[in-house]
Amino acid sequence: MKYLDMTAVSRRMNFRLFKNKFAKVMFICSTLFGLIMLAILIARVFTQGIGWLNLDFLTGKLSTDPDRAGIMGAILGTAWLMLIVAPVTMILGVGTAIYLELYAKPGRLKSFIQTNISNLAGVPSIVYGILGLTVFVRAMNMGNIVLAGGLTMALLILPIVIVSSQEAIRAVPQHLSEASYGMGATKWQTVKNIILPASLPGILTGAILALSRAIGETSPLVVIGIPALLIPFPSSIFDKFTVLPMQIYYWTLDSSLVAEYAYLAAATIIVLLIILLILNSAAIFIRNKFQQRF
Amino acid sequence: MNTSMDHNIKDLIRKNKESQKLPKITEKFMPILLLIITSVSILTTIGIIFTFLSETIEFFKRVSVVEFFTSTTLKPLSQDPEYGVLPLIAGTAISSVIAMLVAVPIGLMTAIYLSEYASERVRKIAKPLLEILAGIPTIVYGFFAFTFITPILREIIPNLEPTNILSPGLVMGVMIIPMVASLSEDAMSSVPNALREGALALGSTKLEVTRRVVIPAALSGIIASFVLGLSRAIGETMIVTIASGSSKNFTLDVTQSMQTMTAYIVEVTSGDAPAGSTIYYSLYAVAMTLFIFTLLMNMLAKYISRRFREDY
Repeated sequence: MKYLDMTAVSRRMNFRLFKNKFAKVMFICSTLFGLIMLAILIARVFTQGIGWLNLDFLTGKLSTDPDRAGIMGAILGTAWLMLIVAPVTMILGVGTAIYLELYAKPGRLKSFIQTNISNLAGVPSIVYGILGLTVFVRAMNMGNIVLAGGLTMALLILPIVIVSSQEAIRAVPQHLSEASYGMGATKWQTVKNIILPASLPGILTGAILALSRAIGETSPLVVIGIPALLIPFPSSIFDKFTVLPMQIYYWTLDSSLVAEYAYLAAATIIVLLIILLILNSAAIFIRNKFQQRF
Repeated sequence: MNTSMDHNIKDLIRKNKESQKLPKITEKFMPILLLIITSVSILTTIGIIFTFLSETIEFFKRVSVVEFFTSTTLKPLSQDPEYGVLPLIAGTAISSVIAMLVAVPIGLMTAIYLSEYASERVRKIAKPLLEILAGIPTIVYGFFAFTFITPILREIIPNLEPTNILSPGLVMGVMIIPMVASLSEDAMSSVPNALREGALALGSTKLEVTRRVVIPAALSGIIASFVLGLSRAIGETMIVTIASGSSKNFTLDVTQSMQTMTAYIVEVTSGDAPAGSTIYYSLYAVAMTLFIFTLLMNMLAKYISRRFREDY
């Protein structure tokens, strides 16, 4: 007398194992899908752009003639923009993080500010563009200069810098600041001499990653109104400017008119990606080299 | 002798107090300065809401609210302008749905692979690579959609227009995969191993453990990642601006050019709309709609992950 039909059991078992195998292959394929898309994207950009990337292109002025066009203006514009964005976000971001982590008393106000910051982090970048257009460009009458663009970008990445600085400050162990208080140091002395130096690598890593986001961001600057073709290079924060992503945008849009513009856009993308790669490597380097474990 | 020592000590105390004057001032002053710095982030929110609201109210003085939300035509530049936001909402919705159709299954399956199946070594290689995908600027995806994906799709679908909503939707999906994958993977990794081991000990296969144990336990985090991805798709600007053109079609046909809310904002601002014109104000009404949509999505994601979180 058989209570168990062993053939049915093993058939069912095999089917379950097969389903598991099949699903695993599907999961691997979808992971590979993302990676393959990344490879195709990078390969496509490089094959299109590498032939156009030379010293003349890097140091030349913008031009409607694809053979003579260069992106020095856009590189300088990006550099000038960062000259505003970096200090403004560092001061505002680290200051806010210190206040929230070390000074603010837990309560309604603190949780309101915290919720506000996490909501701001989810606001689309184009909304910041409109804010910048309304407040800096129009209401303050700055026009579309480096300062206006820089302040807009600074507001955009501010929530990211605040949150990463908060995490860095939180990672500093309590006993360091307690030792400092025990030596008779005041609160600000402890913050300045103990907590900030200890959390600096973490703060810098977060800030550099946020800056690289700002370097690649296009939409707020499109909204502010960056001109398509700007011949003079920017030489102060009150000059009009263009940046690398803006140039990619205009060349991509016009590639249906002049086919070579697509190659110029690809070459500019290579430059942009290399800058981002350098910044990200710097962030990883700082994290690995200077981050102390307590 | 005694008096001079007293004198010395008094002197010391006085000196000590004097030298501490500066620290005392900074001690009082710094919290105030830091509070002022902190208020910038609140001022940003107030700035967004105040400017958007005041200009939107101005817009609705000229165009009726009913027309804005029910009219299916948007012709801001014609002689007899009509301001219906529905074509833009349709464009945004369709591109976002296409993006989510790509990002949700692939992102979730990637997360399952990385969290449940992959060895530590594979995960250490694959995760940073996916993060690179997430770090590529959106303008690069826009270039990719317009100059690479669209021509390929036009080979497959002959009646696809040079600018269409399908290609940016697909590319946006690729862009959102890492976001969905990494947030879902975080949620799944935080499910304790004891639960998995219990199910494995009862004779489940890995797939059964994933489907019946891990995913239900991590569901709130997984759904929150979908909602955040959707919010990202709604707010995405450059890909759709470049690859989807500026036709304000109200249709379900993905082969046609459609405009999203974000692309409309770009079109109006780059067209030098004179301040004070109705087109200029329409910009704020559309931006307000976009802002509210994404804010609701983000709050929904937070609510889901908090309300339905399983704690172990």
